[in-house]
Amino acid sequence: MAISRRQFVMGGAVAGAGALVIGVRLSGHLVRAQESDPGAKKAAPNPFDAYVHVKPDGHISLIVAKSEMGQGIKTGLAMILAEEAEVDFNSVSVEQAETRPDIYAHMGTGGSGSTQENFTPLRQAGATVRELMITAAAARWNVPRSECEAKKGSVRHEKSDRKAGYGELVDAAVKLPRPAPEKVELKDENDFQLIGHATPRVDIPSKVNGSAQFGIDVRVPEMVFAMVARCPTFGGKAAHFDAGKAKAIAGVREVFEIPALGADKFTAGGVAVVADSTWAAMKGREALAITWAHGAAVSESSDGMREALRAAAKKSGKRMRNDGDVDAVLSNGAKKVEAVYEMPLLAHATMEPMNITAHVRGSDVEVWAPTQAPDWVQGTVASVLGLKPDKVIVHTTLMGGGFGRRYMADFPAEVAQIAKVVGKPVQLVWTREDDMTHDFYRPATCHRLQGAVGAQGRPVAWFHTLASTSIRGYWDPKADPAEGESGGARQMPYAIANVRLEFNGVTSALPRAWWRSVEHSFNGFVVESFIDELAAAAGQDPAQFRRSLLVKPPNWKPKFEYDPDPARLLGVLNLVAEKSGWANPLPKGKGRGIACYHSFGSYFAEVAEVTVTGSEFKIDRIVAAVDCGQIVNPESVRSQTEGAIIYGLSAALKNEITIKNGAVEQTNFDGYDPLRISEAPPIEVHLVTSKEDPGGMGEPALPPIAPAVANAIFAASGQRLRRMPFQLKSA
Amino acid sequence: MAAIHLVINNNPHEVDVASDMPLLWVLRDRLNLTGTKYGCGMGLCGACTVHVDGEAVRACQTPVSSVAAKKITTIEGLSADNTHPVQRAWIAEQVPQCGYCQPGQIMSAAALLAKSPKPSDDQIDAAMGGNLCRCGMYGRIRRAIHRASASDVGAGKGA
Repeated sequence: MAISRRQFVMGGAVAGAGALVIGVRLSGHLVRAQESDPGAKKAAPNPFDAYVHVKPDGHISLIVAKSEMGQGIKTGLAMILAEEAEVDFNSVSVEQAETRPDIYAHMGTGGSGSTQENFTPLRQAGATVRELMITAAAARWNVPRSECEAKKGSVRHEKSDRKAGYGELVDAAVKLPRPAPEKVELKDENDFQLIGHATPRVDIPSKVNGSAQFGIDVRVPEMVFAMVARCPTFGGKAAHFDAGKAKAIAGVREVFEIPALGADKFTAGGVAVVADSTWAAMKGREALAITWAHGAAVSESSDGMREALRAAAKKSGKRMRNDGDVDAVLSNGAKKVEAVYEMPLLAHATMEPMNITAHVRGSDVEVWAPTQAPDWVQGTVASVLGLKPDKVIVHTTLMGGGFGRRYMADFPAEVAQIAKVVGKPVQLVWTREDDMTHDFYRPATCHRLQGAVGAQGRPVAWFHTLASTSIRGYWDPKADPAEGESGGARQMPYAIANVRLEFNGVTSALPRAWWRSVEHSFNGFVVESFIDELAAAAGQDPAQFRRSLLVKPPNWKPKFEYDPDPARLLGVLNLVAEKSGWANPLPKGKGRGIACYHSFGSYFAEVAEVTVTGSEFKIDRIVAAVDCGQIVNPESVRSQTEGAIIYGLSAALKNEITIKNGAVEQTNFDGYDPLRISEAPPIEVHLVTSKEDPGGMGEPALPPIAPAVANAIFAASGQRLRRMPFQLKSA
Repeated sequence: MAAIHLVINNNPHEVDVASDMPLLWVLRDRLNLTGTKYGCGMGLCGACTVHVDGEAVRACQTPVSSVAAKKITTIEGLSADNTHPVQRAWIAEQVPQCGYCQPGQIMSAAALLAKSPKPSDDQIDAAMGGNLCRCGMYGRIRRAIHRASASDVGAGKGA
């Protein structure tokens, strides 16, 4: 649709061509955080992030830069808007915004943020539509506003039995003054017809017949296909290769080197092979006969990394929290508990490997990107090509999984390097092997926990030393590596008088970045395992022990940003205990474990039931309780809960990236095999009804699952599993 | 290179490709049938599952010459309008998240149900064990297969 930038920017005040356009400013922590992320290079020139567009046919478009990766965001956002606008769900469509940072202030999709950021602003925008339509109709009929009612996309005046569709009111509504968003009256939550009601996802029909177009499915006339041979060792490069052998493969057209790019692109560089099919590019690449010159990382191994992390977890580090006097308690006669937890590097392993399509036509560029951060793709491609970002059009496609991996700008940088040489539309495809061996990995960590239990069985000290190959430490060696690593450890929610958290970073040349739930993926395991160890030391029931420590004083205020509300955490703990039959005993060899955790604004408690036989165990059942505040689409909340639990179980039970001679050892799903259907336990999801602001849903179901399983195995067998992936010793 | 005759979704095609080119890439890069997905290239993930003479096979492991003149069905050919019982069950159970693996899941499930109209959970595990879903929708896949099996397919309502 042709709308000028001025019309968009002025959206809060004037109309687009024959339509009512309302600019929306998203809100929340994540929007602010994104303003400082490496993708957002410039201040947004206008305050709006999204636009609501009411057309003369009564149809409403929401144009917003939120990428669909299976979280159902296009459905959820339409529900919010339709609810307040008083229109049918089907008359709202959510369109992917163009990548125009001059028009849209924020374009990223991540951090479980899309519902949190959009909920109130879209309610206000919808309510603005509704109120303007009522005002326009009342004026047309010369009746009081209070006698008019908006419903199903029409305004009715019952007394005179008159009715007007929104479409026919658009012209009049456009001319009305806009109410301030925060002043417009919102619906009573009790009157919600859509929000909180299971709604089928709009993206699903195209996903059952092959018509859904992912990045790798982009087909452009005259397109060619490219692959890059990257040095298996991080930091290495090709010393010699045989372009002639590659070109001898039928279908191979060009072979050339591309340099590695540093800064926030972090590409490996390598040898690009361009061919007339993906397969020919693959065969051509195999024929290159490359001799690699290994870089500095060749000395790295996961064994060495593990030793460095263990040593770092023993040293005192940067103090992140210090309540009371941990030293005094740990040096007196209280009953002490000490444990070391270790977690490996992990790959994202999205089902759709990295890929991207680009066409460089002189100084105009078009890109088709399965990305969580289209504006970052745009900025990266522009910077590689020496162009202004507005010369680069980025189309955001569906993504075959994101999990944080598709925030990265490495594959966009590579395709820009290749497309510049090729001059035709080119699709860069990463093989599974490329994807697994050149990911940005979840950091490896080691945690030393020291605690003490007092005479009455109450914990009196908690001392957590966290050592990590931090994400910040990779992206910016000058930055504080502690930043972004301590979430959930610092907010350890239990009422213990003496608490300390210290951090030590361990350096590594391996790429690291955000993986589903980020630092909560390790801190959740550690906090919820160690509280269980303290419960055992105190001889108390793990659920009751937690209950007694989730105390909310009358004047409670968060001490740290993102501190959980103890009452809400207790709420999900009690719900999961009830629904799982926590109090009912299990036969010998079986056990139940519990964990509760807050992240991304949502509260989860999970119970695992396991059967242990010798060195084998089986998860019989998972029960989850969810308090994510006001639920938009319960169907999506359930689906995300199930999905994050399975993703977390893959890490807890099976997956690990190991390094040898500076290279990743796992290359495909044989070495890094996510959970399969026969291994997936039944999952029951129980939802808390709440009117609190919505929390995130993409990530927070993940952190509690590993500790729930480890705690269940302890209950069944007496063995504590402190290292992922779990390995049980035979009894 | 040689001309190879293929019958895909009841349509004849002539393709001039190397005889060892996997069917996956012929479908995707030569015939623009992109519903069949690339996931691993080693037959480990099932994203490329198609039917050859009614059997579920991994297109990434199937040289195109081996399926000349055989009856190939891809996700695009399962039904014209999302009405195959498996597709209807997939919608009713709201199975897909990202959806990338689902063409392969659906083709594996359709082949299973064609052979075993009332599969047990163990049969489902065996038939679907080669299909990875990184979004973890296995519980829904299982329910959808049982639903399709019972022909108890609703009108696209959410579970």
